[in-house]
Amino acid sequence: MRVYFDYNATTPLSPESVDAVARTTRDVFGNASSIHHFGQQAKAVIDLARSSVAKLVGGDPSEIVFTSGGTESDNFAIRGAAEALESSNRRHLIASAIEHEAVLNTLKALAKRGWRTTLLTVDGSGVLAPERLRAAITDDTALVSVMHANNEIGTIQPIAELAAIAHGHGALMHSDAVQSAGKLPVDVRALGVDLLSLSAHKFNGPKGAGAIWIKRGTRLSPILTGGKHERNRRAGTENVPAIAGLGAAAQLAAGKLDAEAARLSSLRDRLENGVLERVQGSAVNGQRDARVPNTTNISFERVEAESLLIALDLEGIAVSTGSACSSGTLEPSHVLRAMGLPTHRTQNSLRFSLGMFSTPAEVDHVLDVLPRLVEKLRGLTRRSA
Amino acid sequence: MRLDGDMRIVVAMSGGVDSSVAAAMLAEQGHDVVGISMQLYDQSDGQASFGSCCSIDDLHDARRVAAAINIPHYIVNLERQFDEQVVSNFVDEYAAGRTPLPCAHCNSDLKFATLAERARGFGADIVATGHYARVERDRLSARYVLRRGVDAAKDQSYFLFSLTQKQLAVAAFPVGDQPKDAVRDYARQRGLPVADKPDSQEICFIPDHDYRAFVTRRVPGAEREGALVDEDGRVLGKHEGIHRFTVGQRKGLGLGATATGSPMYVLALRPAERQVVVGPKASLERTRLTASRVNWIAERPEQTLRIEAQIRHRHQAAPATVRALDQGRAEVVFDAPQSAVSPGQAVVFYDGDAVVGGGWID
Repeated sequence: MRVYFDYNATTPLSPESVDAVARTTRDVFGNASSIHHFGQQAKAVIDLARSSVAKLVGGDPSEIVFTSGGTESDNFAIRGAAEALESSNRRHLIASAIEHEAVLNTLKALAKRGWRTTLLTVDGSGVLAPERLRAAITDDTALVSVMHANNEIGTIQPIAELAAIAHGHGALMHSDAVQSAGKLPVDVRALGVDLLSLSAHKFNGPKGAGAIWIKRGTRLSPILTGGKHERNRRAGTENVPAIAGLGAAAQLAAGKLDAEAARLSSLRDRLENGVLERVQGSAVNGQRDARVPNTTNISFERVEAESLLIALDLEGIAVSTGSACSSGTLEPSHVLRAMGLPTHRTQNSLRFSLGMFSTPAEVDHVLDVLPRLVEKLRGLTRRSA
Repeated sequence: MRLDGDMRIVVAMSGGVDSSVAAAMLAEQGHDVVGISMQLYDQSDGQASFGSCCSIDDLHDARRVAAAINIPHYIVNLERQFDEQVVSNFVDEYAAGRTPLPCAHCNSDLKFATLAERARGFGADIVATGHYARVERDRLSARYVLRRGVDAAKDQSYFLFSLTQKQLAVAAFPVGDQPKDAVRDYARQRGLPVADKPDSQEICFIPDHDYRAFVTRRVPGAEREGALVDEDGRVLGKHEGIHRFTVGQRKGLGLGATATGSPMYVLALRPAERQVVVGPKASLERTRLTASRVNWIAERPEQTLRIEAQIRHRHQAAPATVRALDQGRAEVVFDAPQSAVSPGQAVVFYDGDAVVGGGWID
C-alpha cells in the first residue's frame, strides 16, 4: 500500500481538473488575445475559470489575475505594492516570521534595496497575536503580509483583525492563502484584505497555475511587463489549459468545502489521536483548534525526523519534515523556530497532510507502521548514545 | 563482488562513478538498494564551485544515477556532524602544526558510523560504498579482513584503517575487486550519466583548494608570525603561521639560496614556539615513529609483528616492525629510513594486501 500524506506539498489532480486540462490542451489552442474564433474560444475558457476562482474567494471576477502559482502571486503582491508605493514615503514592510519562503525571501530582496522589514514571531500555538502587529506597525508601513493558514502546522491566522490594524495605519494587507483556499471558506471581504494569493496545485488543480485577488482600486505595479494581458496587470500569453484546470479545481472545491472539511478533519483527528495514543513521547505542534482540517504536525522525542521520513517512505508512506522547499537544508523549520520550540523539537517533527483521496484505511495503515518505525529508530539512538 | 541473498542495502552515493557503479551492481544483483547521499556542508547559497566531491552538482548526479537504475534516493543532512567531526579536526590539526587526513575521519566517523546506524533504522543489513578496498570474512576466526582494492593505483584501504569489526561486518565495497577501467566500462555499458566524470582529487570542503585560507578563516589566531629555524635553532627567516606548512614541504619557504646551496625542507613544526624547523632532505628521514588511537583490524598483537607500513596515501608501504604499546598506541620501526613522516597523517600496517591496523602518527 502506498500512502500519500503530503497534500500540503502538492496534490493529485481531481478527475475534473484532469479533464479540463486535457480537453483544453486538445481542443482550445487559441491565443486568448486573438480577435478571431480561436482566440474567443480561449478567452471563454479563461473567463469561466476566472468566475470560478472569484466565487471560491468571494471576489469579483474582474479582481482576479491569473499567475504561474503561489510564488508569483506573493511576489506580485509584495513587489507590486512596493513599486507602486516607492514614490510615497512608506518604506516599511511587515510579515509574520512563519510565512512561506516566497514571502520571506521577497522581503529579504527588498530589504537589500533599502526597504525596512519587520518579521513578527508567533506564540507557541503558532498564531500571530494582533498585539504584535500593533506594536510593530508605523505610519510608514506600506504593506503587511500574513498567511491565512500555515503550510507546516496548519494554524489559521486572525487575518481580519490584522487587516483592520494595517488599514488603521494606511497600509495594504496581503494574505497568502495558498494553504487555505480550497480547504476552508475564504472570503476576501470578510477577511478584509487587499491582496490574496492562491495556487491551483494545493487543491487538486495543476501545477503552474495560480491567482491573485486584487481588491478593486488597489495600486499595484505589474512585475511582468509586456502585452496587455490580464487587464495590463500580468503580461504573457495565458496558460489556458492550466487556468482551465484551476477553474475546475476551484469549482469542485467550492461545491463541497464544508463536507470535505468535515471528512478530512475527522480523518486527521483519527490519525493524530492514534499517533498520540500509540507513540510515547509524541506531541502536536501548534494549537489544535483553528487549523486547516487536513494538517497535523507532530514531534517525536528522540527521533530524527529526516530518518523517520525515509524509513516511512521505504514502507510506502509519504510525509514531510516541513515545507517541501526547505527540506534538504540544514535550517530547522523556520516555522517551528518562530514558535519558540527548542531546536531538538524542530528537528524531530513530521507533517502529515491529507486530502481528496485519503481514506480511513490509509490512516489505519500509517498508525500500524509508524509506531514500529519510531521504536526502531529510538532503539538505535539509545545504543549509540 | 557479489553479495548473496536478497538484502536491503544502503549505498552511500557521492555522485561519482565508483559509488554509482556500486549501486548499479547491487541493484542488478537483485538487492533492494537504497541510495543515500550526504550533504556535508551548507549549500544554501548554491556555491557549486565549492569543491570536487559532494557539491550540489554531485548530489544531482547521484539523484540522476538513482533514477537511471530505478532505486529510491535520499539526501541526508550531515552538515553539523561533518563540521564537528571532520572540518573542526582538520582545522585544529593544521593550527596545531600537524597534517590532517580528513577523508579517513569522514569515512570512519561519518560514512560508516552514521550511515550504518541510519541504515539499520531503514531496515538495511549492509552499507556499501564506492571505495577501492575489499572486505572478507575469515572462516576460521570468523573475523572480518580488510584488504587493498585489486587496482593498486586506486586502492583506498589506507583511508579505511579505523573501521571496527562491527563496521566491517556491515560494510561492502562492490568495486573493490574491479580495476578502475572495468568500473568505467560498466558505467558506460549501462549508460550511467556519470560514466565519464573525472575522479575527485581534492579535499571536498575547501573552496579553491586553498586550505591555508580556509584554516585562517576558521581560526583567525592561526595567522601568527613565527620564525623559520634550522636544526640548531638558528633563525633563517619569518613565516605567517605554522598552518601554512607541512612536514616535507619544500616550496613556499621564502628562503633564498642557502649556504650549502641545497634545497631546504620542512622538518618539523613546533606550535608552542611557533617555529618551523627546516633542513636538508637527509634530515627528513626517520626510521621510527609512534602512533595513537591505533585500530587493530584483528586483535591487538601480543608480540611484535613484521608488516609493511604506509605513512601517506601515495607512499609505497615499507617493511617495518610494529609493536603495540599501552593506551592504544603503537611503535613502528622501519627497516630503512623513510622521508617525511608527518604527524596527523595515518600510518597503516599491511600484511600483504590485508590491513593489519593503523593509527594516527604522533
